[in-house]
Amino acid sequence: MKRFLLGLASAAVLAVASSQAWSADKLLNASYDVGRELFVEVNKAFLAKHPGVSIDQSHAGTSAQARAIAEGLGADVVTFNQVTDVDFLVKKGLVSADWQKDFPDNASPFYSLPSFLVRAGNPKHIKDWNDLVRDDVQVIFPNPKTSGNARYTYLAATAYAKQAFNNDDAKVKEFITKLFNNVPIFDTGGRAATTTFVQREIGDVLITFESETRGIRKEYGDDKFEQVTPSVSLLAEFPVAIVDKVAEEHGTRELAKTYLDFLYTPEGQDILARNGNRVRDAAVADKYKADFPEVKLLTVEDVFGGWDKVQKEHFAAGGLLDQTYGSR
Amino acid sequence: MADPEIKSYEPHHESHSAAVTESRPARAALMLLAFAFLGIFLLLPLIVVFKEAFAKGVGTYLQSLADADTRSAIRLTLLVAAISVPLNIIFGISAAWAIAKFEFKGKAFLITLIDLPFSVSPVISGLVYVLLFGAQGLLGAWLKANGIVILFAVPGIVLATVFVTFPFVARELIPLMQEQGTGDEEAALSLGANGWQTFWYVTLPNVKWGLLYGVLLCNARAMGEFGAVSVVSGHIRGLTNTMPLHVEILYNEYNAVGAFAVASLLAGLALVTLVLKTLLEMRYGAEIAAARGH
Repeated sequence: MKRFLLGLASAAVLAVASSQAWSADKLLNASYDVGRELFVEVNKAFLAKHPGVSIDQSHAGTSAQARAIAEGLGADVVTFNQVTDVDFLVKKGLVSADWQKDFPDNASPFYSLPSFLVRAGNPKHIKDWNDLVRDDVQVIFPNPKTSGNARYTYLAATAYAKQAFNNDDAKVKEFITKLFNNVPIFDTGGRAATTTFVQREIGDVLITFESETRGIRKEYGDDKFEQVTPSVSLLAEFPVAIVDKVAEEHGTRELAKTYLDFLYTPEGQDILARNGNRVRDAAVADKYKADFPEVKLLTVEDVFGGWDKVQKEHFAAGGLLDQTYGSR
Repeated sequence: MADPEIKSYEPHHESHSAAVTESRPARAALMLLAFAFLGIFLLLPLIVVFKEAFAKGVGTYLQSLADADTRSAIRLTLLVAAISVPLNIIFGISAAWAIAKFEFKGKAFLITLIDLPFSVSPVISGLVYVLLFGAQGLLGAWLKANGIVILFAVPGIVLATVFVTFPFVARELIPLMQEQGTGDEEAALSLGANGWQTFWYVTLPNVKWGLLYGVLLCNARAMGEFGAVSVVSGHIRGLTNTMPLHVEILYNEYNAVGAFAVASLLAGLALVTLVLKTLLEMRYGAEIAAARGH
C-alpha cells in the first residue's frame, strides 16, 4: 500500500512537472482543424534550418483555439483560418491591435477560396454559382450559423449575386434564399458536410475551401470527384500572428517572428502550395499554376466593407443571414 | 443476421419453458427484437470499426499505430487512467466507508453529490474546470502567480477524468457496504484489531468483488472519456491528446484508417474489460453474486 501511494504521488509530480516545460527555444503553434499534414511539413523544413529548436502543434476549430488561448493555453503563435478569431485575441489583450501590419499581405501568407467539388464527370454540368440555384441541383455545405467555412460560402455566393444583379438587394436576397432552399441538410461543420456528400452520397455539389477539396480527393479517390472553380469567389485569408503576451512571457518573440517569416520564404511558400493553398510568392504561384485555376477573387474588405460590417449586417441576430436562412 | 442466432437458442430455451408463461411467438418476437437491436446498434458498429481500421491492410494499420503522435496519445491515456483510477479507488472507498458505516448529518446530500457527475454532461464538467482554473477563471490569477499549470496540460486532463469517473467505485461499494452493516468490523475491533487491520482483513475482503467491478467500469470510462477531456486538453499533439481526442482529430484530417486503428485499440480495451468481467463472473460467480447482494 505504501509503495503504491508513493508511486501514485510520484506519477502526479511527474505529470505536473512535465507540463511546465516551456523555454525560449520552443514554440507552441495553435492552428486550425485540418492543418496537421501541412504543418508537419512546414515544421520539418523549419527545424532543419534551426537545429535545437522544437515546435509543438495544437489543432482544433480556431474559435475554440482562441477561447483556449484566452483561458491560458500557452500558444506563442497562431496560424488560423478565420480573421475574426485573431480579432477575438485582440479584444482579450493577447495580440496587438495592428497585428495585420506585422507581416506582409495582411499577415496572411497564404489563402484559399470557397470552391466546388462535384461527382465524377460532373453529371449536372455545374460550372458556376448560378447553377447552384437550379431546381434540379442539390447543394451541400454546413450551417453558416455554426461553421466559419459555410460563412465564407454564404459571403462568396452573396458577392457573386451582388455582381450579377448590380447590387439589387431584393434580387440578391432571392438568390441566396433559393440557394439555401437547395441545401437538403445543414451539418454543423465542414467535416460533417463532407461525410454527407462523400459517404452518404447526398447532393450534387459540395462547397468548401479549395484547400480542403484536395484532401477529400486524396482520401476518397481522385477518380470519384472533380474540382470545379467558379468564375468568382471570395478570398479566404489564413492569418498568422504572434500572441504577444505569451511570447513575452516565454521569451520567444524572436523565434516566433522567425517562424512566421519562414512561411513567406520561397521554401515555405512551396510547401504551402504543394498542400493545396494559394500563395503570395509570384515565382512559386507560377510553378503550381496548373493546380490553381484562374478565378476572380473578391475580398471581404472590397465587397462588404470589412469583417465588423459583415458581422453587424449579415451575421448578427436578425441580420441578412437570418432573413434568408430563416425564410427556408 | 439475427435469425440464425435465434434458431440456435430455441432448443435451449424450450427446456426452460415450464417456468415461462409467454406464448412461443411472443418469446420469439422478443428475442428477435433484442438480438436485432444489439446486432444493429452494438455489434455492427464494432465490426465497422475493425473493418475500417484494416481497410488498407495490416501494414497500414500497424504503421498508423506506430505514428509518434498516436503512440504519445496511447501513453497519455494509460497515464491518465493509471493516476485517476487509483485516486478514485481511494475516494470511492473513503466515501462508501463514511456513508455506509457512520451516521452523520448531510449524508443524503453527500450521496447526491457523488451522483452529480452522472447527471452532468461531460462537456459541462470540463467547462467547470475552465471557469475555475482558466486564466480568466476564479483561481486563474493565483495559479499563474505561483507558476502552477493545470489547464491544457496533464493535471487538467486527470482532474476532468477523475470528476467524470468519480461515481463508479463509490456507487458500486455504497449499497454493498450498507447491506453488510458494521457487525463484522465491530467483531474485529472487539477482538483487538486496530482500525487499519479491520479495514485490510475484514472490510476489504468483503467488498473485493464489488470493488473490482467498480474499478473495471471506472477504468473503461477513464480511457474512453471524450467531452470533459476535450474541453481542458488544449489539443497539443504529442503532449495533451488522449486516444479518444486523437481519434476525432485523425478522422477530421481524412485519415480514416488512422482514426479507426486507434478506435480499434479503444474497442479492444473495452473487449478486454468485458472478457475480464465475464471470466471473473464465471470463476467466482457465486461469490460475486453473494457479495453484490443478488
